[in-house]
Amino acid sequence: MILPLTKDTIQVYREQDVVPFRGRVKEYAVKIKMGLVGQTKLITAASEIVRNMLKYANGGETTIEIVSRGRDNGIRLTFDDKGPGIADIPLAMKDGFSTGRSLGLGLPGTKRLVSEFDIKSEPGSGTTVTIIMWING
Amino acid sequence: MAHTLNNKKSEILELWMKNQLADSGLRDDLISNKDLRVQSEELVNALITNLNDNNINNSESPDFDKVTELLGGISISRARQGFSPRETGNFILTLKEALLEILRQEPSDVNVLFEESLKLSRLLDNFTILTFETFIKGREEVILRQTDEITDISTPVIKVWDGILAMPIIGTLDSARTQVVMENLLQKIVETGSSIAILDISGVPAVDSLVAQHLLKAVSATRLMGADCIISGIRPEIAQTIVHLGIDLSQIITKASLAGALQYAFKSLRLEVKRSALEVKGITNLQ
Repeated sequence: MILPLTKDTIQVYREQDVVPFRGRVKEYAVKIKMGLVGQTKLITAASEIVRNMLKYANGGETTIEIVSRGRDNGIRLTFDDKGPGIADIPLAMKDGFSTGRSLGLGLPGTKRLVSEFDIKSEPGSGTTVTIIMWING
Repeated sequence: MAHTLNNKKSEILELWMKNQLADSGLRDDLISNKDLRVQSEELVNALITNLNDNNINNSESPDFDKVTELLGGISISRARQGFSPRETGNFILTLKEALLEILRQEPSDVNVLFEESLKLSRLLDNFTILTFETFIKGREEVILRQTDEITDISTPVIKVWDGILAMPIIGTLDSARTQVVMENLLQKIVETGSSIAILDISGVPAVDSLVAQHLLKAVSATRLMGADCIISGIRPEIAQTIVHLGIDLSQIITKASLAGALQYAFKSLRLEVKRSALEVKGITNLQ
């Protein structure tokens, strides 16, 4: 069972919102005493998803939560946008696939960086990505 | 009076909305009519419900905490969205007009009406001032953030040795920034005729796929100019992140520290750094 302990919502609609958002994620990671590698992985993952959200959906809402499961604490990030959605998720999760002109590593790379990764998308109504990074993950 | 207003809450809201929508300065590009209505409704509810004949003279009464909080939130968010001060001020000033209009519709003595309007005016003027104070605070935050960003942008190119340039990158590397970095670097390579450029990313907090892509582009561009590019300052946690992300930097010369990169550069230019003979002697003497 995953219990949320604190919750914080941040709107990300412009490029300038990315840096403060990452700062906030870092604050929370430091608060639960996550290791430096874990912090960096989480921040990088968050920044990948946020950039995707800005690029393809013109931004959206992000939620930062400290969650606990048994004796393990972690950070859960939820990215919710109202963009065009992803038609073929398995394809989007493939290394090197991109509809923009990027490296195509954002989604699959993020999945490798974090402990838990979940993506839900409805073409036409938006995409929700949830990632969890456990301290001992 | 409070009682009268309480009974006419929905009328006040309607009139206020009408005033706001009729205003030529309405920014329907920044806020949708629906959102505006939700904001207005919340504020009217908070104000009218908490208003009574005792606290009307005191805008700082704890009864108005909810109103103050709402106004603060609204004006800060407006400052960030880019509303002008006049537009923000009009928001609350049109409410005053609506309230006074409703009051006028009540049959009462002229003197009483005047007294009541005066009180109501004073109260709302105080709220307007509050709105402005918060609005300016919100703007100041924006300015502070921009100052931070500008400091981030300054990227010097340093000539560390004949033929060797170093560029410490501090802060986030986004598309606009990469453009500046690349331009400065390429320009300086031409000016100094350098053959080795060191990009030091010790000060970059996170390297995601976009940053990596930008770095790769910078390296390719320097190579096209006939110079070698070394990326230094890759911290252990960044290295791990890059590997997990699956970014391939194997064609690029990377070093953990600027010193390492400099050493490599010296080697490829066949330069040698040696302690001078005199000093070597001095050290042996000391021992």
